[in-house]
Amino acid sequence: MVFKMGVFEDVKGNYVKELLAKGVRENNRGMFDFRKIYITKDFIPQAEGSSIVNIGDTKVLVGVKMQIGEPMADNPTDGNLIVSAELLPLAHAEFESGPPSPESIELARVVDRGIRAANSIDLSKLFIESNKVWEIYCDIYVLNYDGNLFDAGTLAVMTALKNTKMPKYEDGKAIYEERNIPLPINSTVVSTTFGKIKDKIIIDPNIHEETALDARLTIANDGKIIRAMQKGLSGSISSKELDDMANISINKYAELNNAINNAVKEE
Amino acid sequence: MSNKANAPKLIINGKRIDGRDFNQLRPIKITAGILKNADGSALLKWGNNIVLAAVFGPQKAISKHFADPTKAIIKCRYSMAPFSSKGEHSRSGPNRRAIEISKVTKEVFENIIFVNDFPGSEINIFIEILQSDGGTRAAGITAAAVALANAGIHMKDIVYAVSVGKVGDELLLDLNMIEDNYSDCDMPMAISPRNGELLLLQMDGDIKQDEIKRAISMAQEAGKTISKIQQDSLLEIYKNVDKQIGVNGV
Repeated sequence: MVFKMGVFEDVKGNYVKELLAKGVRENNRGMFDFRKIYITKDFIPQAEGSSIVNIGDTKVLVGVKMQIGEPMADNPTDGNLIVSAELLPLAHAEFESGPPSPESIELARVVDRGIRAANSIDLSKLFIESNKVWEIYCDIYVLNYDGNLFDAGTLAVMTALKNTKMPKYEDGKAIYEERNIPLPINSTVVSTTFGKIKDKIIIDPNIHEETALDARLTIANDGKIIRAMQKGLSGSISSKELDDMANISINKYAELNNAINNAVKEE
Repeated sequence: MSNKANAPKLIINGKRIDGRDFNQLRPIKITAGILKNADGSALLKWGNNIVLAAVFGPQKAISKHFADPTKAIIKCRYSMAPFSSKGEHSRSGPNRRAIEISKVTKEVFENIIFVNDFPGSEINIFIEILQSDGGTRAAGITAAAVALANAGIHMKDIVYAVSVGKVGDELLLDLNMIEDNYSDCDMPMAISPRNGELLLLQMDGDIKQDEIKRAISMAQEAGKTISKIQQDSLLEIYKNVDKQIGVNGV
């Protein structure tokens, strides 16, 4: 994600480039180290599920709402998963209110793609009766932007889905006062976003690194298989680089999956 | 003020449905300075309401057309998250109601901010209702006032807001969602504590003139508690400044 940022970010971007040329990152972070990840669940008790994910100073809130709706015409026996994202104007001075930006739409679609491709939620179990299915609305609310919204968004949506409690279904209605059934979850998906600056590859770029990126690659995996990818920006990547990043992505699964599970388990 | 026929009993044995007395506020907790990028911010939990307010500015007015060479212009956005209410998902982005609340909120802060100190600039106030349970505009103003103070913006006062409603012959302070839905009247107010004057006033329903007077007194009395919580939240972030410097080694 690259937004038009101010002069300060440009200067920091140049600084980051100079550091990387010497093989160093800000705060002496390793090339493939995530910043500190901190996840909490149930921030919005009125929602069916929710979570806040902090990766460094990036802060993302996800709320999950469930309601009864109609199935898609091409999948009449499956529930619907609808992921949206809002880059709130309070998250960064350059974010503006208004209709969804291409960046927020890309964020929502990339997060959605990994979870959908892995069949992470068993949507067939969300069928109620003919022409009636459960709809899961996941709204990604970006509260503070310091880079790498893709991974924060995926962590937050996955955590929120894993602590979602479905309302009871009775006489064609959702009973929101009675919620205790968890969602049918098959697997946990995580995403890892890499940045390329000249010939250097890093993971989890912060805001200054993002402004300096030549290319970006997000890889979602379920611990075994690569489930979704999205390349961004105008720079190119080689087949060898892609292969390396895919290996690192799979290797990062345990760390990210643990962060989700620890948050979900917490009482 | 909706369907009275199905109205639940809002007062039982002199207590309200959530067990409060008539003049009792819901619990309020404010955490100031929780967002890194914003110049000032506050997270407010008020009963079941969860509100995030943030301020950017004063900064150069982006639109030259609206810029005023004599004072800062105030922009305000009040918006409700699609997952904020009990029940179904709602559409994202400000609707007509939110745009009206944004306008009256902006007018509160146009009064309270020393706008002449910042000619040609703009101050942006963002209020995000993350969870709603009645009284969100009052909660939003209360949170935004703390965010503005946290941003170091010159103000005459730290304004607070609260609503007073009416059920039968009783005036109730700080209506929750169910009370608001079935009350006879709801009157949100924003008040400047230094002189007790009203900066926001809305009312719909059915209320007598002497009751209006009493309602304002109730709000002013509650304001003492709210103001204290606002001030404490600001003190909290500055009281450990020495230690913070030590930790970060700055």
